[in-house]
Amino acid sequence: MKYADEFRDPVAAKGVLAAIERVTQEIGATKEKPVHIMEVCGGHTHAIFRYGLDKLTPKGLEFIHGPGCPVCVLPMSRVDECVQIAEDPKVIFTTFGDAMRVPGTKKSLIQAKADGADIRMVYSPLDALELARRNPDREVVFFGLGFETTTPSTALSILQADADGLTNFTIFCNHITVPPPIKALLDDPHMILDGFVGPGHVSMVIGTEPYQFIARDYGKPIVVAGFEPLDLLQSVLMVLEQIRDGRAEVENQYSRIVPNEGNPVSIAACEKVYEPRPTFEWRGLGEIDASGLRIRDRYKAFDAEVKFNIGYGRNTSFTEEQEGCACGDVMTGRIKPHACPQFGKGCTPEMPLGALMVSSEGACAAYYQYGGLDLEPAE
Amino acid sequence: MNAMDRQPRRVVADKVTMAHGGGGKAMRDLIEDVFTSVFRPPGMEDQARLMTEAVTVPGARLAFTTDGFVVSPMEFPGGDIGKIAVCGTVNDLAVGGAKPLWLSAAFIIEEGVEISTLRRIAASMQKAADDAGVSIVTGDTKVVGKGSGDGVFITTSGIGVIEPGRDLLAETVQPGDVAIVNGVLGDHGAAILAARGDMALSTEIPSDCQPLNHLMEAILTAAPGTRVARDATRGGLASALNEIADAAGVGIEIGEDVLPLRTEVKGVCEILGLDPLYLANEGTLVIFVPEEQAHAALSAMRATDAGRQAVIIGKATTQHPRTVVMKTVFGGLRIVDMLVGEQLPRIC
Repeated sequence: MKYADEFRDPVAAKGVLAAIERVTQEIGATKEKPVHIMEVCGGHTHAIFRYGLDKLTPKGLEFIHGPGCPVCVLPMSRVDECVQIAEDPKVIFTTFGDAMRVPGTKKSLIQAKADGADIRMVYSPLDALELARRNPDREVVFFGLGFETTTPSTALSILQADADGLTNFTIFCNHITVPPPIKALLDDPHMILDGFVGPGHVSMVIGTEPYQFIARDYGKPIVVAGFEPLDLLQSVLMVLEQIRDGRAEVENQYSRIVPNEGNPVSIAACEKVYEPRPTFEWRGLGEIDASGLRIRDRYKAFDAEVKFNIGYGRNTSFTEEQEGCACGDVMTGRIKPHACPQFGKGCTPEMPLGALMVSSEGACAAYYQYGGLDLEPAE
Repeated sequence: MNAMDRQPRRVVADKVTMAHGGGGKAMRDLIEDVFTSVFRPPGMEDQARLMTEAVTVPGARLAFTTDGFVVSPMEFPGGDIGKIAVCGTVNDLAVGGAKPLWLSAAFIIEEGVEISTLRRIAASMQKAADDAGVSIVTGDTKVVGKGSGDGVFITTSGIGVIEPGRDLLAETVQPGDVAIVNGVLGDHGAAILAARGDMALSTEIPSDCQPLNHLMEAILTAAPGTRVARDATRGGLASALNEIADAAGVGIEIGEDVLPLRTEVKGVCEILGLDPLYLANEGTLVIFVPEEQAHAALSAMRATDAGRQAVIIGKATTQHPRTVVMKTVFGGLRIVDMLVGEQLPRIC
């Protein structure tokens, strides 16, 4: 497949892997005292396990799997509110597919659908907009979820609905942003991270500027990375070289997609439609300042929180995580997924206790699905 | 009077109404005009009376299976629900080592379905039955109100005969046995996804839906030591391999670089965040054969229409028992687990 296979070339990968091995040694990292690199994005976590990259990189290099899985970090109370909206008989509730299985305190959307709620999977908020046009007697709600990768398309659907004068279309906005949780992790006194692999698709929208604080204020390297295995390996090598050379910079490996200034049209649309919430709850991480987006008053006609009288922090009582769940410790790199006492026992992808077991982009689910065994190839 | 001796009755309505399920003339006309006059031999009784000499051979056994079909949309590139309903049951018999002979077909039809659609489905069933060399010998129709179904649901049951000495069993797979698939993976799943039209994908991947009984005969003749065959339907190749690994207590290792995949299917999976190993197939099987018979099986498969793209994808091992692993194009290893629920597309 063109434009994909080139970035999965095993021969080229061997060269990069050899360089990673060499630089890891030059840093002096060992299995006992490894260098810790966080891949922030769930898409990267998925790719690492899908291609078995963690098995190919040296033992002195440890991946810490970051909070960049929007489905995983969604608090249970918000899922409850989704279910509450969806169970209103006049509502058609639309959502991305992977949000269907996220457990709420009572049920997930997939269970609510079985109980009779009209819940439909869509690929874009624009599909939800089309549903609203075709069903003028129904109330169509789109579950706005995701980082800067999905916020612009939601913003665009609001602007479009406004231009068309639609009155039966709203967004239940749960959009979140990447830089605040990175800052929260860096402020954690137990923080052990030596560098970051940054999410390329987020930077396609916001550029590389919003990460400058990581290098400038915290002295840690970050490399914005693509999602193919060679992209990832090259980015890891670039982070390692920065560590070896004592540099802390924002570098852009994914320059074929990511302009340093991002996408000005998307940024402007988001500016127009959203404003930051004072604070937002992240499952496993708790409240993080200015990490969530809400719809500005100018567009409140399209805000499901207004239409269905659900205010963030108004009806919500914060949800306690299940007893024994160690998602927070895994996400900050203090423990590996399989070191959690509930891993694979009380918590499985079938019955997830904690956030990281929910989506295939969650670190625990990825461990469970792809990496459970310490495998050596059978020759 | 036999149905063959008189003029067949005609359905004049355009669409199915509740009257077609009422037990009266409308129902009789529907059954005769749309179904029994198409299925050969015509003139089905409510009860089929069957015999074949093959069952009288000492050691021969009957095989019996049933399957329900609810695919949406009912018609898609490469097939329709009728073709799947015949092929699915024929294939369930065939991969068990049986020669399929007779099928039943029960239709649950939602009020409002176009009669012309039913005619196309019935013709497609007979065509598939001809290809497989089986007869549809009995059946039933029911009509349900609008909203109580989704077009047409079909249940087919099938009877076949297993020759003496044939005993395909997953638990007989041994370490060292070779895994072979007959063709490309995931076409049916990708075809259905594209045909549903939700994704605005401008590709026409045809479903792989086809009967596999002739292929199975070729395999079992050339490689009588074949341990087991599975059609990789719901849950895809991954589920079929996991079932075998679990039953036999062996590990299975497959190679990502040898998996046969259409570029379009790869593309659909890349765009939607799906894994082709879990996509459904309707004409794809995997077999395990002792290493010394692998070449014979492969050559025999490639000489049939359904097996032209047959390829060895891996082997059973003593390592990591009950676990399926895939060697990635990078030389890394990853576990190929059973699917948890439905495969849900990822956000980003």
